[in-house]
Amino acid sequence: MCSLTHGCVMPADPTIPLLDVSDLCVSFPAGGRMVPIVEHVSFTLPEAGILGLVGESGSGKSVTAMAIMGLIDTPGVRVSGSVRFRGRELVGLPPRQIRRLRGRDIAMIFQDPMTAFTPVYTIGWQIDEQIRAHERISRTQARARTVRILGEMGVPDPERMARRYPHQLSGGLRQRAMIAMALSCNPTLLIADEPTTALDVTVQAQILDLIRSLRGTYGSSVLLITHDMGVVAQTCDSTLVLYSGRVAETGPSDRVFSHPGHPYTAALLDSIPPLYGPRPDRLPAIAGAPPVPMARPPGCAFGPRCAHVHAACTTTPPALLPLGPDHEAACVLPAEGTPLPPRTAADWPIDTIGDACP
Amino acid sequence: MTDTQSPAPLMEVRNLSKSYRVGGGHRLVAVDGISLSVMPGEMLGLVGESGCGKSTLGRCMLRLTDISAGQVMFEGRDITTLPERRLRPLRPRMQMVFQDSSACLNPRRRIGDLLAEPLRVHPGPDQRRRQAADIERRVRDLMELVSLPVAALTRYPHEFSGGQRQRINIARALALSPRLVVADEPVSALDVSVQAQIVNLFSDLRTRLGLTYVFVAHDLAVVRQVSTRVAVMYLGAIVEMGATDDVLHQPAHPYTAALTTAVPRPVVGATPPPPLGGDIPSPVNRPAGCRFHTRCPYVQDRCRMEAPVLRPIRPGHEAACHFPLPPS
Repeated sequence: MCSLTHGCVMPADPTIPLLDVSDLCVSFPAGGRMVPIVEHVSFTLPEAGILGLVGESGSGKSVTAMAIMGLIDTPGVRVSGSVRFRGRELVGLPPRQIRRLRGRDIAMIFQDPMTAFTPVYTIGWQIDEQIRAHERISRTQARARTVRILGEMGVPDPERMARRYPHQLSGGLRQRAMIAMALSCNPTLLIADEPTTALDVTVQAQILDLIRSLRGTYGSSVLLITHDMGVVAQTCDSTLVLYSGRVAETGPSDRVFSHPGHPYTAALLDSIPPLYGPRPDRLPAIAGAPPVPMARPPGCAFGPRCAHVHAACTTTPPALLPLGPDHEAACVLPAEGTPLPPRTAADWPIDTIGDACP
Repeated sequence: MTDTQSPAPLMEVRNLSKSYRVGGGHRLVAVDGISLSVMPGEMLGLVGESGCGKSTLGRCMLRLTDISAGQVMFEGRDITTLPERRLRPLRPRMQMVFQDSSACLNPRRRIGDLLAEPLRVHPGPDQRRRQAADIERRVRDLMELVSLPVAALTRYPHEFSGGQRQRINIARALALSPRLVVADEPVSALDVSVQAQIVNLFSDLRTRLGLTYVFVAHDLAVVRQVSTRVAVMYLGAIVEMGATDDVLHQPAHPYTAALTTAVPRPVVGATPPPPLGGDIPSPVNRPAGCRFHTRCPYVQDRCRMEAPVLRPIRPGHEAACHFPLPPS
């Protein structure tokens, strides 16, 4: 499983999932009270799986990732629930121990590679440092591995690129260098927070291709955080939709996209303008904006914007209900016997077949 | 455009170039000899990746940036070298909407005040200063036009969401009843659910007010939704131009084809095609010959030597390629 020379730190146990997040809650102090930013988020990620965490800005997807990585150190923040990595609890782990995991077993890449790298050292120096922080190897050995991984990430002339400073690289190359840094210690879990948002579409396609290939070449699992439903559809095996800090829907990607169980998922898919097929006069937009965490409605957080809202939605947040194998949605409609209609090919007429490139 | 029967273009640029001096005595050519015209009532989408010069072209059209060479014509009149004093009476008829909705609004002023400002600065249709009552009525109408409550006029920009702020910017751009609106990535900073609302607003306003748009964006699906015609830019030049669906569904230029296939579609199971290799070359040091030849999957020797010019390949469809792709 490990293509690199050093062994993995924690052995894989096929009976327990690689990452098991259950009932994760994160609250920040504001205005004299604790404001919940992430509420009761649970999911599992299997070995060599790719899970997409989707949501709009402010839905809590980045905070979830930061909590998993143990990167939230704001005074007064409360993180509760459980994050188990190969069965080992990460919430409440002393900083010394989590530092040994972070970067080595769990690595993270960020949206903006320009700010994730320090501008005053070369790319190669920074990747060497990361390797040497976790392993006792010489500078020469570390640099040899850096150059090899940069090459594997599709960086042209990696030896010379390693001697460049971050500002001397293009956005796409910087993102490749950051993925190389994240993979330098052969992590089993890669958390990618909006890795392609700052990139152009043609470069985004290259990076997504790279991320898809990681599980084959490195056996890595990926938690991909994005706001782009297209990126999720093309990259992730399973999808978790967050709305206002809560799980709206989770399930295998093909089910979530073809049979959305939550009106938010369905509305989100509808509001994407189609690139092919008939052009609608108006897009089916979702009215209003997501609630601020300080003023979430008592019932379903999506209630005020939902076309199907009724009395049952306004008292308590609906619980996640099973819709099929591994497929759950936090909506009362399926339980009331009026589930949403599946999305048919008519919703994406030529999209599934039409390929412009000969 | 050569047809003498067709109405006069509202905006026309001829051989427009814009370059900047950068370090080491180099010149960055942001826009390289572009010619195009925008007909009244048309919605022209300018698409391309970052650094292709689409925003610079939009700004040059409104003379928000001085141009290096070429001509800009507005309503048939050459405005290329018009001094600011004589340009000012034309400004009400051409307006711009920018990407960053909060950077455009002074955080210390109320919305009512921000919307009234252009009406105070520019004289009314009778060439006299507008009356306070007229201004107030117009400001209320503008709020209604962009579906914001009139009660919000006394609030400050930070009290609004990103989508609402963009509505305010649109209202302000429309305050003086422009004929041409250049919108530079007006929805790209917004979340998908809100983006659809603003895209619909642009469509509605066009029908209601008969506006002409130049819509600059990198998102092809958004551009398709709002444009009647698109121009695809690469490294400072237009590589393909024509009716929206003709260009996006039957691309003749390999770059347009690569761009449309690279858009991740929200459909599970559609295997994405192999991505285009390489990076966009630096606009300071452009490749010789065809500017796309370094990344083109169909490159031939002629492409490395000779730069293709934009030429008609089908009625109403132009492409700058020696070997245009056949219609599929």
